[in-house]
Amino acid sequence: MPLGRIRIVISTDADIVVARRSGRELADQIGCSHTDATLVATAISEVARNIVTHAGRGEIIISPVDEGTGEHTAVEVVARDEGPGIPDVERAMEDGYSTGRGLGLGLPGARRLMDTFEITSEVGVGTTVVMRKRRST
Amino acid sequence: MAVPILKQGDYLIATIQSAMTDSEAEQLRDDLMERIGRYRSRGIIVDITALDVMDSFAARSLRNIAHMTLLRGADTVVVGMQPEVAFAMVQLGLTFEDVHTALDLEEGLAFLDARTGR
Repeated sequence: MPLGRIRIVISTDADIVVARRSGRELADQIGCSHTDATLVATAISEVARNIVTHAGRGEIIISPVDEGTGEHTAVEVVARDEGPGIPDVERAMEDGYSTGRGLGLGLPGARRLMDTFEITSEVGVGTTVVMRKRRST
Repeated sequence: MAVPILKQGDYLIATIQSAMTDSEAEQLRDDLMERIGRYRSRGIIVDITALDVMDSFAARSLRNIAHMTLLRGADTVVVGMQPEVAFAMVQLGLTFEDVHTALDLEEGLAFLDARTGR
């Protein structure tokens, strides 16, 4: 079965569960360890919750990635919203900084769980997070 | 689906399913708080053996449950955390601080028995 990208519309806490389950399944399918699949699912849960809490609505796209070896060796997660945006991205990446009802560990925590993590945000336009986890060989 | 809560003697045992949503976590908190009063429970076991993701919201919910139930006179112990879930929690930077944990249901019951002097 060819692996494809999965797009999940995020607007409720139930969507968060769907997104993290999809991420775990794809990580499993490309051969990630059970532990790495759990890390991917947990990171998705954090970024998806940010969408629900701060933007109200957005999407998560999960794709298998071929990083030049001819096979899928990584999972890429794109979390995108058209919410209020983050005025100070640098500060939002610090542990313990929270404007929502969380612990302020969401974004910095997700970065620690994944191998790569990029965030772009513009006030009044929205926020996009792109993160990847590579299969350990 | 609501988290099932079993009454066993002085204890309440809540068994969390694999995919707990935020609202289910909040419902569990309210249910436990209500049942402590109804059954005069002295201890609570929250079994997370089936839980496959512990994110910051779930961790905070469990912590709140432990603190709130203690204020109602019941000790809470969280049991059954999977190794990879523990790993993810540490990577994420989450701590349970003063929340009691035990390996499994059996250890959790032994812990509560010791705490409540039985």
